[in-house]
Amino acid sequence: MVERIQPGDAIHPGKPVTVDRYGVAARVNHWITAASLILLALSGLALFDPSLFFLTALFGGGQNTRAFHPWIGVVLFVSFFVFFFQLWRANLPASVDWVWLTRLKDVVTGHEENLPEFGKYNAGQKVIFWSMAFLILVLIATGLMIWEQYFAPYTSIPTRRIAVLAHAISAVLIICVFILHVYAAIWTRGTLRAMTRGSVTGGWAWRHHRKWLRELVGQRKIGPAE
Amino acid sequence: MSDSPRTAVSNPPTQPMVSNLGPADLIRRSATEDLPPPQRQLTPVAKLIDVSKCIGCKACQSACVEWNDTTPAVGENVGVYTNPHDLTENMFTLMRFTEWVNPSTDNLEWLIRKDGCMHCADPGCLKACPAPGAIVQYTNGIVDFIHENCIGCGYCVKGCPFNIPRISKADHRAYKCTLCSDRVAVGQGPACAKACPTQAIVFGTKEDMTRHAEGRIADLKSRGYANAGLYDPPGVGGTHVMYVLHHNDKPHIYADLPDNPRISPVVQTWKGLTKYVGLAAMGFMAAGSLIHGVFARPNRVSKEDEESAEKLVETTIGQPVPEASSSNGERG
Repeated sequence: MVERIQPGDAIHPGKPVTVDRYGVAARVNHWITAASLILLALSGLALFDPSLFFLTALFGGGQNTRAFHPWIGVVLFVSFFVFFFQLWRANLPASVDWVWLTRLKDVVTGHEENLPEFGKYNAGQKVIFWSMAFLILVLIATGLMIWEQYFAPYTSIPTRRIAVLAHAISAVLIICVFILHVYAAIWTRGTLRAMTRGSVTGGWAWRHHRKWLRELVGQRKIGPAE
Repeated sequence: MSDSPRTAVSNPPTQPMVSNLGPADLIRRSATEDLPPPQRQLTPVAKLIDVSKCIGCKACQSACVEWNDTTPAVGENVGVYTNPHDLTENMFTLMRFTEWVNPSTDNLEWLIRKDGCMHCADPGCLKACPAPGAIVQYTNGIVDFIHENCIGCGYCVKGCPFNIPRISKADHRAYKCTLCSDRVAVGQGPACAKACPTQAIVFGTKEDMTRHAEGRIADLKSRGYANAGLYDPPGVGGTHVMYVLHHNDKPHIYADLPDNPRISPVVQTWKGLTKYVGLAAMGFMAAGSLIHGVFARPNRVSKEDEESAEKLVETTIGQPVPEASSSNGERG
């Protein structure tokens, strides 16, 4: 199956070659999602364990933390799902993803020469994408149920107990996924500029997403020279 | 003065008194792990509610409203005696009326249970509370909400096995019966017990109340209530509000009083395992990333990678555009 090229992805020939990976709107949206997730993690952790309650000071006290957290959750939900609908096609599983998953050793040691060529996203990025999507759905659904101010009367107390447990477990998992996401972006040098300037170098694309690069080249996705 | 009041019927002294319940009397404090041990052990107190003596006059509700200076909204009559329809942040106690047909006698029994905080020895609300000091337990057994520390999250609602706490829509803080801790602190019994015209509500040390209940239960048994008994549920470590029930074998007939109340295992998992495993998992992820970052070489793009990409772009650009994809995916 030929992967559909994402609108906006384009090559700029030169030395080095640069490749557009994310447009301005996608990047702005990404940072809204990122900021929301960080604020949610901080305010949520403050209520998760007494040793972290001091984090409520960042939000102006416990009452404010309790009041702001769900609203930030709504922002995250909306911004993430705008993102989701732009990216989900490129994150559909491909047969080559199994190879990535079975050769994690080569992945974490950086031996990409032992791995096949990948499209715009490798299996690890896809796992992060779908985990985020799933966990955010669980978090918003359970979060609404335990949003005391507006939604408490709509579900029974036993249901809300399960919701609060599911919310806590999902939150722990999404923080783990978040750490993985951030670390992978830092460890894989040259990645962060995809979310700042929007582009990566041709060498980065060649090394990590050669199939994507080949498709862009093959389909003459040439952007204006810089 | 003794450390805890022995009765609710005595009148208050005329001279001012200092409060006998302070921070040094706390045995538990929500979200506080390093609470210093209490400096003394107060005599445990209890309120005993004998449902067989209750006449449903609601004097206790009025006294509660009066003492706590709450103003419940004017209600709406929907054809039942229970008024208001539920506990609220302004109504800490509520007479719940149940019409129950006893299957063994075919008699209609009018069951009236004064609902409110049970002051559990093992309080689920306190266990669930994330705000330090918003819920406290005194050595005399009283579980109290300290409103200035409350953040209004509603976790206590989920922790409580009896569905008691209510969150105010006005100030977003949790409210419930205090067992009149402010009265007990100055040697007085709770307002409801003081107001009860039949002494269906009595107050004193837990020991005295248990003994008093024994006499009442013996009396009820002699009148044909073979299953009469004391409701002091062990699942929550016993309570400091107890009932004498004429049908203690089925507490649920009294407006869904739980037969075997205990802190929900879901809440226990949330506040126990999830917290420890969760913190460990997040710590492990962070530490793992840090260690990998320090010891593994960063994954850098090499000069050869850049050259390969440049070569690929240069060699292909000269060739004609493949037809199938020329119109596909314009920049959008």
